[in-house]
Amino acid sequence: MGWVNAIIQGVLTGGLYALFACGLSLMFGVMKVVNLAHGDLAVVAGYVAIGVITVTHIPVLWSFLIVVPLMALLGYVLQRTIIQGALDRSVLITLLVTFGLSVVIENGLLQFFSANSRAIGTGLSLVSGSFTLGSQIQIGYLLVVIFAVAVVVLLGLQYFLSRSRYGRLIRAVADDREAAQLAGADYRHVFGIAAALAFGTVALAGIAYGMYSQLSPTTGTDTILLFAFAAVVIGGLGSLWGTLLGGVVLGVAQQIGAQINISDEVLAGYIVFLAVLVLRPQGLISRRAQS
Amino acid sequence: MTGPGNGATGPGNGDRPDNGPPLLEVCDLVVHHGQLRALDGISLRVFPGEVYAIIGANGAGKSTLLRTVAGLHRPTAGSVRFDGQEVTRLRPELRARQGVVMVPEGRRLFGSLSVEENLLVGDSYARPGPWTIERVYEMFGWMRERRNQLTAQLSGGEQQTVAIGRALVANPRVLLLDELSLGLAPVVVQRIYGMLPQILATGLTVLLVEQDVSQALRVASHIHCLLEGRTTLESRPADVTADQVEAAYFGLAGTASASPPGEGGEP
Repeated sequence: MGWVNAIIQGVLTGGLYALFACGLSLMFGVMKVVNLAHGDLAVVAGYVAIGVITVTHIPVLWSFLIVVPLMALLGYVLQRTIIQGALDRSVLITLLVTFGLSVVIENGLLQFFSANSRAIGTGLSLVSGSFTLGSQIQIGYLLVVIFAVAVVVLLGLQYFLSRSRYGRLIRAVADDREAAQLAGADYRHVFGIAAALAFGTVALAGIAYGMYSQLSPTTGTDTILLFAFAAVVIGGLGSLWGTLLGGVVLGVAQQIGAQINISDEVLAGYIVFLAVLVLRPQGLISRRAQS
Repeated sequence: MTGPGNGATGPGNGDRPDNGPPLLEVCDLVVHHGQLRALDGISLRVFPGEVYAIIGANGAGKSTLLRTVAGLHRPTAGSVRFDGQEVTRLRPELRARQGVVMVPEGRRLFGSLSVEENLLVGDSYARPGPWTIERVYEMFGWMRERRNQLTAQLSGGEQQTVAIGRALVANPRVLLLDELSLGLAPVVVQRIYGMLPQILATGLTVLLVEQDVSQALRVASHIHCLLEGRTTLESRPADVTADQVEAAYFGLAGTASASPPGEGGEP
């Protein structure tokens, strides 16, 4: 029974990891930006949500409606300014710039909010409660909700990319920037829209993690970014459903590791990550294999 | 410097039908690729309804010229005017929206998009006009049947046709065609150039680059030969002999061109 429990918990945690990862995957898939500030931006979104809730006393779920658009706007602006400026020079500069952004955000958070960790209190019994399956398996509603949100977000992204005018332009620009320009598309604007989408998912990830666990200024790099990376690499770069699979594989590996020895939880996830990098560097679902 | 001589009464314009002001005008264009001077003082004027062909050997600067007109290269000197407006510094996407649309060399279709999605991208910033996706489908029946396929599953000629369709649905005023014949069988090339009259009938003007000289001579109303970034010949196809074209193409001694190539500018 313990193993079944580990797998179920792992799959559900995978939803959270997929939520971490899909923005990272989108930014890389469209503009070849490896955003090292990805996790820190999620933490910023979580802190903003805490601030909004504290100041306005609105229900927790309403904070999504404020923080997600706010982060999307920030994504568009950052992409059109700092990130595009770096992209115009080189891929390496882009990596350095997002690293710089990460350092600045992390230290800024430490400066203003101290190193104490904070959680986003939901105050909802539905979210903090759990139900039992059989006699030993206890499943938290929150993880189930987060998993469902991740699936809905991925479906939404998939639908947007495949059906909408801007989704089509995003894919066209990712394929051939110059040919898209010849069709009248301003690729900088299209990049901005892709970044806005990615940052919107980053906001969801940050708030979700704040509800599930705790946020501190270093959570962005030591947890969110690394797990997002692992999920993206395991699943396959640029593939949205690969991202979900990658998150699930990472989650299951961690839970199985914890089942063997509680201190092996994180290590087990990274061992699978490393194994995939060595044995199947294109990821479990590679983009090329799909087309 | 003999630069100003290429102005309003430029060479080679002798007996062209004058349909009012030129739609596209390139003046003394100089373009560098790094240290290399790819274009060295090129001037040309394209009038409405013309098929203006730029010919020349590999590396003569033909594609560079076309890409500069489309806005993909920044010239070091000189200007590009479209419909009387200065567009030299205008970004390529804004030129496309004004009606200067290029079919790039090597097709450059969007590989992860279906045939129809490729056309839809072309339609995204379209000007109003006669061309619609429906009309492209009417012209090429097979495209409607295969609209949901990825373009990688099409033959080279079919891909080239989709690339032309993608440009047409934007309703260009000037269609720039870069080396349509590249990598295609002669029969297919014939068929693709065979569509030109239908396209021209909708009021388009065509500026094309072609390595296949005989093909260019067949379809063009005006030819312009480049050699190492300079003009060696500019004329109507009927007014030159095969020998003259050959001399201009290969830069043989004693070039018998219909227009002086303007070597007086050399120090």
